[in-house]
Amino acid sequence: MNWLTNFIRPKIRSIVEQQKDVPENLWQKCPSCEGMLFHRDIKESLNVCYHCGHHMRISVEERLEVMFDDGKYTKVAAPKVPHDPLKFKDRKKYSDRLRDTRAKTGQEDAIRIAKGTIGGCPVVIAAFDFAFMGGSMGAAVGEGIVKAAEIAVKEKAAFITVPCSGGARMQEGAISLMQMPRTTIAVNRVQNAGLPYIVLLTDPTTGGVSASFAMLGDIHIAEPGCMIGFAGKRVIQETIREELPEGFQTAEYCLEHGMIDMVVPRDELNATLSRILNIIFNKKIKVKKGDNNSKKSGGNDKKVVSGKPSGVKAELTQKTTADKAVKNAPANTNADARQKTATKTAARTSAKK
Amino acid sequence: MSKLDFEKPILELEAKINELHNVSSDDSLNITEEIDRMTAKVDRLLKQTYNKLTAQQKVLVARHEDRPHFKDYASQIITDFTPLAGERCFGEDQALLGGLGRFRGQSCVIMGHEKGQTTEERIKHNFGMARPEGYRKAQRLLKMAEQYQIPVITLVDTAGAYPGVGAEERGQAEAIAKSIETCLNVKVPIVSVIIGEGGSGGAIAIATADKVFMLEHSIYSVISPEGCASILWRSASHAGDAAEALRLTAQDMKELKLIDGIISEPLGGAHRKREETIDLVADTIENAFAKLMPWNTDKILKDRQEKYLAMGRAA
Ligand SMILES: [Zn+2]
Repeated sequence: MNWLTNFIRPKIRSIVEQQKDVPENLWQKCPSCEGMLFHRDIKESLNVCYHCGHHMRISVEERLEVMFDDGKYTKVAAPKVPHDPLKFKDRKKYSDRLRDTRAKTGQEDAIRIAKGTIGGCPVVIAAFDFAFMGGSMGAAVGEGIVKAAEIAVKEKAAFITVPCSGGARMQEGAISLMQMPRTTIAVNRVQNAGLPYIVLLTDPTTGGVSASFAMLGDIHIAEPGCMIGFAGKRVIQETIREELPEGFQTAEYCLEHGMIDMVVPRDELNATLSRILNIIFNKKIKVKKGDNNSKKSGGNDKKVVSGKPSGVKAELTQKTTADKAVKNAPANTNADARQKTATKTAARTSAKK
Repeated sequence: MSKLDFEKPILELEAKINELHNVSSDDSLNITEEIDRMTAKVDRLLKQTYNKLTAQQKVLVARHEDRPHFKDYASQIITDFTPLAGERCFGEDQALLGGLGRFRGQSCVIMGHEKGQTTEERIKHNFGMARPEGYRKAQRLLKMAEQYQIPVITLVDTAGAYPGVGAEERGQAEAIAKSIETCLNVKVPIVSVIIGEGGSGGAIAIATADKVFMLEHSIYSVISPEGCASILWRSASHAGDAAEALRLTAQDMKELKLIDGIISEPLGGAHRKREETIDLVADTIENAFAKLMPWNTDKILKDRQEKYLAMGRAA
């Protein structure tokens, strides 16, 4: 296997930064609370609104940086697949759409494979790139997941998928449908090897993506407020012809209905994954007397204790994350976020009066 | 309601033949000759029409309400059919039926979507659009087949999984995902036939099989042509273009190597010769089982998975 691998230190290319030369765009409005967000601050808070905790989409590069230890990872080239097998054409040719999107994004397709460590544990991530045709799943995405899972098995690493997709890629017809069993086989192989398969559900995770590998994880983690479901809201509305319940298909709704294990804010992802992976990978560690106490002392203390040298790295990561958490205190917990929203709303209302 | 526009001249002729049958009390030679002549013409027209159906026309034929449905198949080809109900936690979903029975002497599990025939039935079966409970019942039946080491037949005929609040609330996505997973891992042979509509995730949930066949005028698609048109063309009126572009016919699916074979329908489609169609499907299933059985567990699982892994991969 000759995978083109290159070690990179990815630079943050957020939408905000791309627009930094335009003075009007130094500020943007939070789509949830409408609070004004300064570009430098929002970048630092990982595209999470520092008024209300609303999680905005981040680029796949930033996503990987947030997840891996110290923001470092190794890219693995996704395998090539036949382009446009159907010769699909709507108002525009699919092959033209692909070519344009590739030129615009500089990417081959909507999947990114990366490996590195989280909490010192070996991890392979297959992350969706929403910027590439809405993260839709066709043969290239399916093949990327199959390949990433193979690497995880070979390197005895944990496998994490990060869906961010509206579902199957229509322009590949039933071939995209067949990616549902394909990706299922892929993640099953990781699980059959006794390795952890974790899904980080992000906004949105729907259709053929949610109805295959994304709902088959050992552990399901979701970002706050993200949309998770099978059918789209509009389709459901057209079918039942009534209003949808408040908060329908959000991460919190899915948590309440038993579909996911936890909702984790972006700045706590690395720490949470570190803790889980260390429990799975480092099954026995020497517990010093007194450690229990220190664990009890702070409810928010998520220090990872590990007997292995990698644990040191993990601790470092914890520290960085903790620092970030302090800086972005408002985005730290849901309760905080809700309160903040309430305050904000109240402030706005009174201002209007 | 169930009339197909492109069949109009054929239907008119057929009506005339019926009329002639009724008036000819004495079976006079003249009338018999006329009937023969017209019947030959109907056959000719049917052949002409059905040999070159467009993708959109195939969509209409695949959805034709007179096409044989799951219950017709079960009653004609399964002896001792014993329907089983429920997924043991929430409810019984009549959109996806299944149970134990005997197929040409062989004990088996059979399941499939049921759209229903009358209005009352259609409501009862939710137009063949299953909720999570249907897919969880399917998983239960697949595991039962594995426990008893008997093969599985699945008959696919759905516009898609039901898009409703309750269905979402109870994990439609997970139910479909788990269904696909169970199909992939069940240690007995599975043969699947798309008998009408193979609608997206709701279809593949039970159509992930060792051998997948499609009836000649059935369709299999990632999205309905109407849905695709309203997204990509911004207008459902382009459903015909979408049907063409999606390559959803049995012939397209075979060419794309996504199914294992096509089952020819009698002249003029399954809705004209229901019993004959069902027998043709049964023959195909029997042949497929004959090739798959007896089976080696490791091999059957490996072959099934390799088959799917190859789909969409560079040659
Ligand atoms: Zn906000």
